[in-house]
Amino acid sequence: MRGLAFDIAHLLAGGLVLVSFLQLYQDRLYALLNVFAVHALLLALSVAWQAHIQDAWHLYITAAIALGFKAIAIPLALHRIIVRLGIHREIEKVVGVGPAMLLGIGLVALSMVVMLRVTAEADPIAREDLAFALSVVLLGLLMMVTRRNAVSQVVGFMSLENGLVLAATGAKGMPLVVEISIAFSILIAFIVIGIFLFRIRERFDSVDMQALDRYRGERQ
Amino acid sequence: MAVIFDLAVQGAQMLLVLLVAPALTGLVRKVKAHVLRRQGPPIIQPYLDLARLMRKDAVLAENASWLFRVIPYITFAATWVAAALVPTFATGLMFSWTADLIAIIALLGSARFFLALAGLDVGTSFGGIGSSREVMIASLAEPAMLMIVFTLALIAGSTQLSTMAEYMLSPGVGLRVSLALALVALVMVAIAENARIPVDNPATHLELTMVHEAMVLEYSGRHLALIDLTASLKLTLYVSLIACLFAPWGMATTGAPPRARAGGAVRDNAKLAVGGGLLALFETAVAKMRVFRVPEFLGAALMLGLLAALLRFVSQSL
Amino acid sequence: MPLLIALACVAAFLTLACVGVAIAHRRGAGVVIYGLTLLISLVGLGAALVQLVGGTTAPAVTLPLGLPWLGAHLRMDALSAFFLVVVDLGAAAASLFAIGYGTHETAPERVLPFYPAFLAAMTLVVLADDAFTFLVSWEFMSLSSWALVVAHHRIRDNVHAGFVYLVMASFGTLALLLALGMLAGADGNYAFAAIRAAPPAAGTAAAVLILALIGAGSKAGLVPLHVWLPLAHPAAPSHVSALLSGVMTKVAVYGFVRIVFDLAGPPDWWWSMVVLALGGITAVMGVLYALMQHDLKRLLAYHTVENIGIIFIGLGLALAFAAHAMPAAAALALTAGLFHVFNHSLFKSLLFFGSGAVLTATGERDMEHLGGLIHGMPVTAFAFLIGCVAISALPPFNGFVSEWLTFQAVLLSPQLPSWGLKLLVPAVGALLALSAALAAACFVKAYGVSFLGRPRMLTTRYARETDRWSLAAMLILAALCLIAGILPGYFIDALSPVVTRLVGERMPMQSGIAWLSIVPIAESRSSYNGLLVFLFISISGSLAAFAIHRLASDVIRRGAAWDCGYPDASPATQYTAGSFAQPIRRVFGTRIFGAREEVEMPPPGALAPARLHLILRDRIWDTIYAPLAAGLGFAADHLNRLQFLTIRQYLTLVFTALVSLLMVLAIWP
Repeated sequence: MRGLAFDIAHLLAGGLVLVSFLQLYQDRLYALLNVFAVHALLLALSVAWQAHIQDAWHLYITAAIALGFKAIAIPLALHRIIVRLGIHREIEKVVGVGPAMLLGIGLVALSMVVMLRVTAEADPIAREDLAFALSVVLLGLLMMVTRRNAVSQVVGFMSLENGLVLAATGAKGMPLVVEISIAFSILIAFIVIGIFLFRIRERFDSVDMQALDRYRGERQ
Repeated sequence: MAVIFDLAVQGAQMLLVLLVAPALTGLVRKVKAHVLRRQGPPIIQPYLDLARLMRKDAVLAENASWLFRVIPYITFAATWVAAALVPTFATGLMFSWTADLIAIIALLGSARFFLALAGLDVGTSFGGIGSSREVMIASLAEPAMLMIVFTLALIAGSTQLSTMAEYMLSPGVGLRVSLALALVALVMVAIAENARIPVDNPATHLELTMVHEAMVLEYSGRHLALIDLTASLKLTLYVSLIACLFAPWGMATTGAPPRARAGGAVRDNAKLAVGGGLLALFETAVAKMRVFRVPEFLGAALMLGLLAALLRFVSQSL
Repeated sequence: MPLLIALACVAAFLTLACVGVAIAHRRGAGVVIYGLTLLISLVGLGAALVQLVGGTTAPAVTLPLGLPWLGAHLRMDALSAFFLVVVDLGAAAASLFAIGYGTHETAPERVLPFYPAFLAAMTLVVLADDAFTFLVSWEFMSLSSWALVVAHHRIRDNVHAGFVYLVMASFGTLALLLALGMLAGADGNYAFAAIRAAPPAAGTAAAVLILALIGAGSKAGLVPLHVWLPLAHPAAPSHVSALLSGVMTKVAVYGFVRIVFDLAGPPDWWWSMVVLALGGITAVMGVLYALMQHDLKRLLAYHTVENIGIIFIGLGLALAFAAHAMPAAAALALTAGLFHVFNHSLFKSLLFFGSGAVLTATGERDMEHLGGLIHGMPVTAFAFLIGCVAISALPPFNGFVSEWLTFQAVLLSPQLPSWGLKLLVPAVGALLALSAALAAACFVKAYGVSFLGRPRMLTTRYARETDRWSLAAMLILAALCLIAGILPGYFIDALSPVVTRLVGERMPMQSGIAWLSIVPIAESRSSYNGLLVFLFISISGSLAAFAIHRLASDVIRRGAAWDCGYPDASPATQYTAGSFAQPIRRVFGTRIFGAREEVEMPPPGALAPARLHLILRDRIWDTIYAPLAAGLGFAADHLNRLQFLTIRQYLTLVFTALVSLLMVLAIWP
């Protein structure tokens, strides 16, 4: 039973990496939001499963927060922001899909190598979960780096945070207080980003970061 | 006595696969029609089509060569041999050791090579479109398939399909991440290789949306019947492959009593039906991609296969 | 005894070269010389086979030629015997082909003397047992092949090709000179036996590997040192192109194997990473270049680069396994690489012969001017088809068997302990799979555009079949491709003495296995039976044809092409090589080659046609060779000032040099 339990944990963590790749692949904003909702859903399932095998009831609350906020509330809110901002177009990419996927594979390989070497004496099951979590973090960063659209950068930031939560739950014993405070700070950050997006849009009629870069001011 | 029995089982496999293939195509079309709220043609319609086409004269272009006439038989033979080696109702078939999964994929590659040549033979631009797009799709689908084979071989410890299927039946396999990634990649590759939506439309007659249909545009009569049968066989092969590797329950293993094989055949047909139904639902739910989105689709499958193989290289428990 | 026969063959080749100088301008000289080279290479082939299969000891001889204190050491061990088989088989096939093809030669006095000399040089390289003989034979091989490359010197491209070839060959020989010099050590023990007895230190061995990769790799065609290959191989006459691509590159592989596996001592694990990475990149880049070509011979030359990449992948895997003390897996990988050496020499020679036949029949090398040749040249088309199927690694032919063995070796790699290899090997496996799929695409293009479809020019429409000798050579090679594909066990067993010698172990004995399958590791793991696959395909195909013709219909009617109801009589509307490769060019080429298509539209009202220009940039040439050439030109221009100094300035230079040398002598402790 122990083998099956940890297999399912690995499966869910690996599924999170798979959905991160799927996020890199999307080229339409609505589809990206749906994939992000699936990402958060998988995170909630993974945290719930960890709660089951670690017998830690507070992780169930973490899972519920992930499900409620990140899988349902935030995608819906972002959806409405997109409708009000009027961006229905494709996501402009800095790097094409092919090279982005190749970079993603490189990042996964890097995180596997780093994690499996650095934590050589730890519990072998937790090490692999940590390696997957680091991959999700790096893939979230990659998404932020290779996208021009502000909304897709927000989604990348959210998936990065999902990876951090996965890492924290994998290493046993993350107290509930930390999780609640992290969740609230994310919520505050999100509200602030949303306000800023509206202000930027009002002022400049665009949220394309590349275009906005021109208005940055004096350049030496 | 055992040799004759084994030979009979292998022969039964070859015949079964040949007889079931048009029914699978008919089932997919029927389910699609029902989802679209139509009646659709009867499930035995592909058999009737084959019979009708076989009796007709074959009309060839004036400058079609001997190769054009021979290619339908070559592709049919290669695909039939490959399909006969995929375990459907029983593992450990008599000739399963002649070709492992890599050889089966290469046999399908041979079939595709000759079909692409057939597209170029008559010297029309439609054939050229079909052949050039087909080899572009193949140039990404085949490496993706090979990476999936690598992953499965590294998990099961062998490239023989019978051994892989028996390993998947054993309790030691577990739920592995690399298997999940390999399954997703295999489904993507199977859709591309069988010319299904979203990669290619098997029912289209618009040249800009054709890949497989464009290559075989000049064929008629018995040649076209053989090519349609080959396409159905290839679909059956891929659905059986996915079933044998990822849903192997119900197959008769070596050493099982002879009755188990009959039961295995029934269960295998049920699996094919389920697979066909799922395919029909999937095809109705998505739209066809632009041609130059297909390399990104297959590139993603290749990356998933590479990631799955990489995970197996890096850690034995993944 | 086999060694003496081989040496006698060398002497005979050299004599023929001298005879060739004398009689080249006579009618029928070609037939005589090529006939004699055919006989001599068959004799050499027999001797090499006897030594490979039956030889237990390695005969050696020292001739009193060359350096007086060294002599010329010559030895035929299992590795030499195998490569001699490859050389002589290729030479025999090329000679047979040339008996017919050589009658169309416009400048026989520039080809006939150098052809036997080239064969003699290649034989000597393989038999050499000391560094001096090896290098002299290597240079002789380069020079004689250069003479053959510039045989048609009135064409400007050939002269340029010859120049690039000469520069790259000299550079390669320099690298090999340094490598063998470092191995020989300060005492100058040039004999290979002495080098083997004194393995070098780790740093020296690493330098030797890099130099051997540069030297032998440039002759074999490893990226980025491959640039001379697609220029020089098409420039030579077709039978010589077959030898250059099919045989000389293998002699370069022999040089690499000899230096790295035999002379440089036990390998380090990171050596394999370099070789694997280079092999993988070469394989993919070679086939992508080939896909962009529309010159048939240049396509085949670039494709040779890809196959050399595949061979080096096998060799790299063997190095990895050998460095980690896994001799059984190393034996598998090395067998895969060496079997691919043999297979490639067969089908590449066949394909070059085919393109030579097409060139003779139509005068065209450009695929955009060919088409429909299957009607006028049916036997050539059949043989070329076999070559295309074999080179695309499709069962039941031989290309598939060596690729299958390489894949089995890749599947053994998770047992390797080092992390770098764990990450590199799956990536190289993916590159190998990608190159195999692209190779099939490339040869669908090559065969489909040249032989199928409708003729695009008048000369192509009236093409006739070539002579019997050329056809015989092609059909023999095609038959060998099939035999090596369906009976690979015998060939693998024939390679076992070579592999045992180099990595210490061999693959399991194949000839005793039931039904003539091959089992590379264990029966439970994987097996392949080419004969049964071939029989199954033939039987099911014939059964289907028989059943359908009897039970259904066998009537054929001819009509116009359907073409969706828009038949177009002009053959210019069919797909060309460039248009066939366009999807792949768009997927892979935009980034790697900067591929762009520009349409030049005439102004409205003008009668000129619109033109489509395809712009490709060879990034390797632009980043490495063009700046190098520019830098050399710059340096030469500025150093040229040394030519125009006054007498006083020259005397000053001499004086300064003398004084500084004396100062060094004074300060040196």
